[in-house]
Order: sequence, then C-alpha cells, then structure tokens
Amino acid sequence: MVPKDLRYTKEHEWVRVEGDLATVGITDFAADQLGDVVFVDLPEVGRTVAQFTAIGVIESVKAVSDLFAPVGGAVVETNAELLTQPELLNSDPFGRGWMLRIRLDDPAGPDGLLDVSSYEALTSEA
Amino acid sequence: MVQEDDASRATPLADRHQALGARMVEFGGWLMPLQYAGIIEEHRAVRTTAGLFDLSHMGELFVEGSEAASGLGYALTTEPAGLKVGRAHYSMICLPDGGILDDLIVYRLGEERFMVVANASNASIVSDALAERLSGRTVVLDDRSLVTGMVAIQGPLAAAILAPLTDVALADVPYYGIVQGNVVGVPALLARTGYTGEDGFEVIVDVAEIGRVWDAILEAGRPLGAVPVGLGARDTLRLEAGMPLYGNELGPDTTPFEAGLGRVVKLAKVGDFVGRAALEKAATDGPRKVLVGLAVRGRGIARHGYEVFSGDRRIGVVTSGTQSPSLGQPIAMAYVAPSEAQPGTMVDVGIRDQRVPAEVVSMPFYRRPAVLPG
Repeated sequence: MVPKDLRYTKEHEWVRVEGDLATVGITDFAADQLGDVVFVDLPEVGRTVAQFTAIGVIESVKAVSDLFAPVGGAVVETNAELLTQPELLNSDPFGRGWMLRIRLDDPAGPDGLLDVSSYEALTSEA
Repeated sequence: MVQEDDASRATPLADRHQALGARMVEFGGWLMPLQYAGIIEEHRAVRTTAGLFDLSHMGELFVEGSEAASGLGYALTTEPAGLKVGRAHYSMICLPDGGILDDLIVYRLGEERFMVVANASNASIVSDALAERLSGRTVVLDDRSLVTGMVAIQGPLAAAILAPLTDVALADVPYYGIVQGNVVGVPALLARTGYTGEDGFEVIVDVAEIGRVWDAILEAGRPLGAVPVGLGARDTLRLEAGMPLYGNELGPDTTPFEAGLGRVVKLAKVGDFVGRAALEKAATDGPRKVLVGLAVRGRGIARHGYEVFSGDRRIGVVTSGTQSPSLGQPIAMAYVAPSEAQPGTMVDVGIRDQRVPAEVVSMPFYRRPAVLPG
C-alpha cells in the first residue's frame, strides 16, 4: 500500500526527493486516522521552514492536527487544489493529495527520515 | 489515536460494531462507535435516507406511582403532569442555584408511569438526584439504564424502514409521541424522538434483545441506503440542527435561559421545584451570556474552547464547532455577551494565531425540507 520510493516521518508525512526539490504529503495511514479532512492550512510560498517544525494544519471533522516539515528549506509551491478539495488527502494521499514542495537547504539531501520498511514497522505497531 | 479505556463499559452491540469496522471511542463512560465508513458519509445518509445509531449508553430511568407526575414536577423544570399518556417533552433537571444538571426527555407511558432518558455521562447523577428529590413520595424510581438497550433509526426513510418490522402503525405516532409495541417480535417502546433534526424513531428494548433489533433494522434499511452511524456524525447532525450537548452548551455554570431553552422552565407551574427561586431571579435579571450560532466567514474551523472577540474585547467562547457537511461551511455554537447576540453581528474567533471573522446567525443551521407523514 505504501509507495516504496518515498521516505517517511514518524509524524506520518511522506517525502519524494527529486534533485533539490522535496514533495511532501501525509500517508494513507495518517489520512485514515484523521478521518474526513475538511480544511488544510499550508505555509506561504517563499517561507523558509526548519525540519520537523509545525508548518501547517490539517483539520478533519473531529480533530485538528499539525503538519510538520519533514525537510528543511524554502517552500516553493503549495497544492492549491486542497483549498477547495481537502478531501483529496483521504481519497489520494500519495497523488493529488500532495501538500507542498520544499527546495532543500541541504544539497546532500535530508537526514532523519524513515525508509519504507521502517515506516511500515511503525504503523503496524500502532 | 483513541485509546481504549479499561474502565469504560462495552455496549451490548460491541461485537457488531467491530464486525462493521467501527472506530471506537470512550464517551460518557462507554466505549462507543465514533465512525464506520466516515463521518461525512454517515451524516449524509441520515439527511438523505436513514442512519442507525446505537444509543445503549443513554440512561433510562422509570418513575412510577401515584405521585410520579407531581414528584417529577418538583424534580424537573417542566410540568410532566401536563403530558398526555403517549407523549414526551424535552426537560431539564437543574441545581438549586439554577445551573443545569442534565437535559432530559420525559415520556409519559401511563397515568402513573414515566420514563426519563438522561445523557450517558449523567445517568447515575440524574438517578441519584431523582431518588433524593422523590424521596418521601408514593413513587418508585427504577434505574434500568444497564438492562435497557436503545437504538435510533433517523432520516427521511426511517419510518419506511421500521414499518415492516413492527405491529405499530407508525403514521399514528406523532412527533414526540411514544407507544408500546413489538419490533421483530420483541416488546419495545417506539418513540418519535431523536437528536439529528430528521424524522425518526428511538426503539427501546430489553438489553438481551438489542442485537436482534439492531440486525433487523440494519438489514431492512441497507437496500434503501441506510448505514450505521457513529457518535461523530451524531455530533455534526445535532449541531446543524441547533441542538445543545451536555458538557458543551449545557452544564452547572449555565441556566436554561442562557442556553436559549427558557421555554422548558415552567415558572407558571403550581408548587415548588428545585431551582425555582434561582431561575425566577435569572428570568428577571436577564442572562449573563447567550448561546448563539456562528457562521464562520473566514478560513478555519471554530472549535470547542476557542475564544470569541469583538474588536479587542473577549466576549465569549465557542462551545461546539465543525465543518457542516450539509452546508459545506464551518458552523459553531458559542456563548457571547448579550450585547453581541443579535443575528447579523460580526465577531472574530481566535483560531490558533488568527482572528477569523464569523457572523452571529439564528439556529438551527439546517432544517429538514418537510416533515414526512407516516
């Protein structure tokens, strides 16, 4: 179920690194735990974010959750579709439900992320 | 994530909820289904077809005897003596200082027999308070909360789903009416009451039979689009319908007048009742705060505990809020200063580090298109 070419965080974000650009979203596990997502608040383009800090908010009918930056860098794009269709986080979390793109501030690539097997081990314990 | 609490009671339908894939949550001392397919889908089913709710957690208190009506008149803010047999009304049990101990539905089952339905978290508190307030009268209080099961079928197709399963002529049961009958051969009380803003029935049976009744209604309802509904959608449904929830809008720090429910305080009734003096004073003095509906006009969802502002002044607090599945916009209830309670008043809600504009609106937020006969 979980794409093998991505990397993950303990907070259930996923990251796809292509060159110095990282695309970020939340996993299907996170979306399922939240339930129906009805509101997403994302950082402004141009803002610099530090790794593992809260940069946005995801609200489901019942709950409010923080979105954490899985990598540090500058926000270069956010998914405008989520403003009107936040439910894409539930229906297609690894695809159209992507949340933002960050230009990595460390050209060597991000540290501290989980590979797919570590992430699957994490969610199977939950 | 929701942790199971060993201290919470399992509903008699727990196995069925598990089989239906429910996510469970602790509520009022019970482990109850939060959602099955998803809150929005369940909410829409109740608005368009029907939904089936497990209400085993609610408290059922039976009051019987020659002084049952007068005793309840002393214990509660309403006047149960004025109810016809087979009818119910919404009521409150207040503290001597006028604060709300719980909100209730009182059903008159016979000349001398009543059923009082209390919230799960308050069932034993209400039971104890009634025992104290009824003592010395010719009346027996029987707390049957743990031996009574209740399910609700709510939505425009509720009557059509229930009708083939019962010997009761549902068309003859008025809104807030209750009759004794059978559902799939099980002796049951069928009440045309609910907490969703839709037509529907609450079915009360012996706890040993609740599984059969649940299964039969769900099986009959599935082909018509009915689904099981958890507490998540129960909350969004009641919020759209402008119905208060104990612990959010109602509590010991609030009078019925402040909650906009002064109609259930029968100051004109003969005889004393618990809280009368304080409630008479509250009626004269006017409310310190007023429950209002808010339609959030900016981005964000106002939730329980968020503060409400007028300019720089803090004027109130949000008691419940959600994204309304029916309206597609954020709605909330809040207590605000009486000066800011007029519909059309613009206020701000503190949502995290933002001040988000919201408009005071009259409730309910949602009203069903028409009451269907039958």
